[in-house]
Amino acid sequence: MKTETFSYLPALTKEQVEKQIQYFLNNGWVVGIEHSSRLDPALAFWEWWKLPLFNIRTVGGIMAEIEACREKHANAYIRVTSYDNARQTQVMSFVAYKPE
Amino acid sequence: MSNSSSENQDKALFDAGVKDYSAAGRYYYDIGYKPTETQVLAAFRITPQDGVSFEEAAAAVAAESSFATWTTVWSDYLVDGSRYSARTYEIKPVPGHPDQVIAYIAYPLDLFEEGSMGNLMSSIVGNVFGFKPLRALRLEDLYFPPALLSTFQGPPHGIQVERDRMDKYGRPLLGATMKPKLGLSAKNYGRLVYEALRGGLDFTKDDENITSQPFMRWRDRFEFVMHAVKQAEAESGERKGHYLNVTSGDMEEMYRRAELAKELGSRIIMVDYLIVGFTAFTSLSKWCRENGMLLHAHRAMHSVIDRQPNHGVHWRVLAKMCRIVGADHLHNGTVVGKLEGDRASTIGINEMMRTTGIAKVENCPGHHFDQPWLSMPAMMPVASGGIHVWNMPELVSIFGDEVVLQFGGGTVGHPWGSAAGATANRVALEAVVQARNEGRDLLAEGADILKSAARNSGELRAAMETWKDIKFDYESVDALEKRP
Repeated sequence: MKTETFSYLPALTKEQVEKQIQYFLNNGWVVGIEHSSRLDPALAFWEWWKLPLFNIRTVGGIMAEIEACREKHANAYIRVTSYDNARQTQVMSFVAYKPE
Repeated sequence: MSNSSSENQDKALFDAGVKDYSAAGRYYYDIGYKPTETQVLAAFRITPQDGVSFEEAAAAVAAESSFATWTTVWSDYLVDGSRYSARTYEIKPVPGHPDQVIAYIAYPLDLFEEGSMGNLMSSIVGNVFGFKPLRALRLEDLYFPPALLSTFQGPPHGIQVERDRMDKYGRPLLGATMKPKLGLSAKNYGRLVYEALRGGLDFTKDDENITSQPFMRWRDRFEFVMHAVKQAEAESGERKGHYLNVTSGDMEEMYRRAELAKELGSRIIMVDYLIVGFTAFTSLSKWCRENGMLLHAHRAMHSVIDRQPNHGVHWRVLAKMCRIVGADHLHNGTVVGKLEGDRASTIGINEMMRTTGIAKVENCPGHHFDQPWLSMPAMMPVASGGIHVWNMPELVSIFGDEVVLQFGGGTVGHPWGSAAGATANRVALEAVVQARNEGRDLLAEGADILKSAARNSGELRAAMETWKDIKFDYESVDALEKRP
């Protein structure tokens, strides 16, 4: 099963995930984390990890939240999203971790 | 019996006869006039016949596309001419073409019916294009004032709603037209769709001339195609679409086909918007918004209207009209491999199609007017034709994310088949987007980015080998000329 953007590339390394997050922050976007135990194209909404991370503006801070989400939901797919309040919409989504 | 028309035979009862359009006392040639904020503005390239002055030709265009007839008529005096006359308010020379001018003409809002592109075209590009004192006439740009723009619906959904409905973010979308155009059975056609979608494309597409021919009736095509879409979605885990072409012989039949597409769960349908005409296109666009259906517009026939540099309607005007009436996708050029002038023109039209807020001339090369889009949704440009994996870095660099890249031959022509072709395109696209986000220079490092991605993808390696020597660089017939 594929998971949209970047799912045709080899799994992103930690360093590659960090570079993407840096790009989102540089664009002024708010980064969010979502998780789901199943993949289904009909599933529009995955579960949010907390809320979009309005107050976290560092790559390290976001990576720590992804790590915390993984620990709590070890068997879940975890995707990183971004919101742009100027365009008033979601602008990015990619799966950062897949369960073993 | 008395005959009133014979009682005053010896003298004219009004100022009868043929007058110059630019004559004093008429409004058609009014250099320095300041258009009001509700007026429609047009930029025409005018080539007068020998012996006709630019002033008279420009006034004639304004006159014949608004209020005037060739001779004065008594009933003119029942109307306030100043209220219904279009006015040429500026003329500019055309560098390198001493026989031409660009005339800027302002049209009063009252000349047009709200929400009717057909009516607008009947005036502005109606009879005047055959007017004898002109050797040629071309509508180069058209400005829609907010007062008129807001009487149109615009795209049924627009780029952002499409992304949300398709669940695809942060990258261009990928599509392909199914080939050969004609002759496949419905089941074979469905197979092509299935292979391309399961390989990694977001969309597949009917060709513009596929409707309901004897070899493949529309209902059979719709059913097999939607079976393919659903199966590819279930197997890939991703949302997919196929542009089901509902273009047909009459409006009632188009609705019937659109209804079945909806019933079968299609996310998107397609129409040849110039072929069906603006009125039918408007009806279908409204149906699409009403029914939650994305609308893909194909521009078949546009070259008949827009290809001659001196005569007709420029493509940028037809594209603007398409957004205003309302499609979610519209084909535009691919840019890649083209010469500079044509490339700038294509980019300018892309920006006009997808800019929200005010689309400025400085960002939309070739246009003459800034266009405020108010809250009208944006339309996704579709780049299609002759492109392949090697073009991916340049395409992403030029277009950014808000585009559908369609690799027809570049998918179905892969040596291992369409699924592999689709995968090759998808891998190339994602590698390029990833690299861009990491801050790499796509134009300088494009080949390295692709080669490195190909190490993990046999499909991409085979595609790169197949198309390594292809270029398309014929000279454009209609490139932007340098402005003074």
